[in-house]
Amino acid sequence: MNNIFVYCEIEEGAVVDVSLELLTKGRKLADELKCELEAVVIGNEIKDIEKVIFPYGVDTLFLAQEDRLYPYLTLPHASIMTKLIKEEKPQIALFGATSIGRDIAPRIASALKCGLTADCTSLEIGEHVDKKQKQDYQNLLYQIRPAFGGNIIATIINPETRPQMATVREGVMKKEIFAPNYAGKVRKLEFSKYVDETDFVVKIIERHIEKKKIDIKHSHIIVSGGYGVGSKENFAMLFELADVLGGEVGGSRAAVDAGYIPHERQVGQTGITVRPHLYIACGISGAVQHRAGMEESAMIISINKDPNAPINNIADYAIIGDVGEVIPKMIKYYKKNAK
Amino acid sequence: MKGFKIIVLAKQVPDTRNVGKDAMKANGTVNRAALPAVFNPEDLKALEQALRVKDNHPGSTVTILTMGPGRAAEIIREGLYRGADDGILITDRKFAGSDTLATSYAISLAIKKMAPYDIIFGGRQAIDGDTAQVGPQAAEKIGIPQITYCEEVISISKKNVRIKRRLERGVETVESPLPVLVTVHGSAPDCRSRNGKLLMKYKHAETVTEMQDNTDDYLALHDTRPYLNIQEWTVDDLNADEAWLGLSGSPTKVKKVTNVVFTAKESKVMGDKDEEIEELIKELLENHTIG
Repeated sequence: MNNIFVYCEIEEGAVVDVSLELLTKGRKLADELKCELEAVVIGNEIKDIEKVIFPYGVDTLFLAQEDRLYPYLTLPHASIMTKLIKEEKPQIALFGATSIGRDIAPRIASALKCGLTADCTSLEIGEHVDKKQKQDYQNLLYQIRPAFGGNIIATIINPETRPQMATVREGVMKKEIFAPNYAGKVRKLEFSKYVDETDFVVKIIERHIEKKKIDIKHSHIIVSGGYGVGSKENFAMLFELADVLGGEVGGSRAAVDAGYIPHERQVGQTGITVRPHLYIACGISGAVQHRAGMEESAMIISINKDPNAPINNIADYAIIGDVGEVIPKMIKYYKKNAK
Repeated sequence: MKGFKIIVLAKQVPDTRNVGKDAMKANGTVNRAALPAVFNPEDLKALEQALRVKDNHPGSTVTILTMGPGRAAEIIREGLYRGADDGILITDRKFAGSDTLATSYAISLAIKKMAPYDIIFGGRQAIDGDTAQVGPQAAEKIGIPQITYCEEVISISKKNVRIKRRLERGVETVESPLPVLVTVHGSAPDCRSRNGKLLMKYKHAETVTEMQDNTDDYLALHDTRPYLNIQEWTVDDLNADEAWLGLSGSPTKVKKVTNVVFTAKESKVMGDKDEEIEELIKELLENHTIG
């Protein structure tokens, strides 16, 4: 009771990354709130799924397994979640801000008449004092998200309704094993108790899921270029640096719009959110929209001719210079000094 | 076959895509007056999907349903210029402060009042909030299935509809019985332009409130041309339980809003000399940032 729920998404027999990121965050929140972390997996039967889930510090794994529950369908999944939440009364329920999470979470929130915050980039525990009502709330979930096209950051709370529901963007939280041998328990849900035949009115006729070819999100090092790189040809240098460092190449929206690199490499508000160990921003001025997608990087190096470029304010190292001169030097001295 | 009765959910939004310097007030709140109000982009795409069904199935009607202040009637006219048949504006001060749950409650009551209908289209999300919640929440409240992220209506019959959905890593074709609520993805085709003849026909389409405020007297015109009347519904017309509207019906509260400004942290500014670059690379290697 009053625990933390994480709805885990399944794709081709595996738990997707954002769900594991949420379990990692959920464990931390559970420790802070002194409650338990509970995962819900709905899908076809997957062998040893608990061995993937428990190491993230999951105390209870709710399993609903039936062939017709995979691939995801809104109505049966929402029906199981809604009923389970009513029974278990978690204080928090988290979902990935994915095609699936953003489809199921509002449906559940509506059925439970609960507050739901979309696309959170950060979750914290905090208090709230309502001066008008003279009410003091402890241990609320602060749901922090960019709003208004990324121009403001809003902290949303649900003081009264439970669970406090949120969807969280992929890649903004770390994925970390809590304890390899963590002992949780499995609770299997009786399918017929939670799903009605009428929940299967929508049918999947065809489905094509492509493997993501370019994987910027999981790269520890990202060399990213902006409009200031100047041309598609100049981007070759960025690829070379990324290659020697073992990283990937990203770009700002301006670079994508200019046709320097494809959209699938775009970092920022309308692209991918990344948090690599090292982010090298080349010729990127640092617009708000770009920053929203990379400011969580552990270390930021900016290379920019303009000493007043806003990116320099968030960079750990701001190299004032020409991208075309600095990058070859970086490659040179890396090769010289790396073992 | 007499076609389909189609509802399009649309919202008038401040254009957050082109935010200028004066868009934010000094206290960090949004200066809505500085932003132009537009037809939410994905709702326009939803309108196009509806109009395509109408093109292929003569006898179909498309009704725009929107909620907002009086001026939101502008987007109903915009829809009429592009081929919609009529529109309804739900407007009432009691809606102020509604979050997605309270909004979907009001929308669902309006949709129920519009029954019978075959299919409802709406944009996936609105650019002022990007939540993508009102569609699924309204579908749940009405008790019909939802199909999110529609890119194309493949076929529709009185029995069911086939829709191609755009997922983040692929596509899916699904089939649902009618009625169903469909949200349309940004990758769907753009909406057709205004039609000159329709523009002339609906130029003076107005809500009652607009007619009262207008100095020109089109009252007589509206008597002879009933299609110029844009319906306005208030809380009373919807028989809504006021506890579920506005602030009291909204479980989410905004605790804090911060204007996105650059928070300066300790940053080391350096030049591009060889020694400096080599020093930096050595440091990165030493602390295992690069390997």
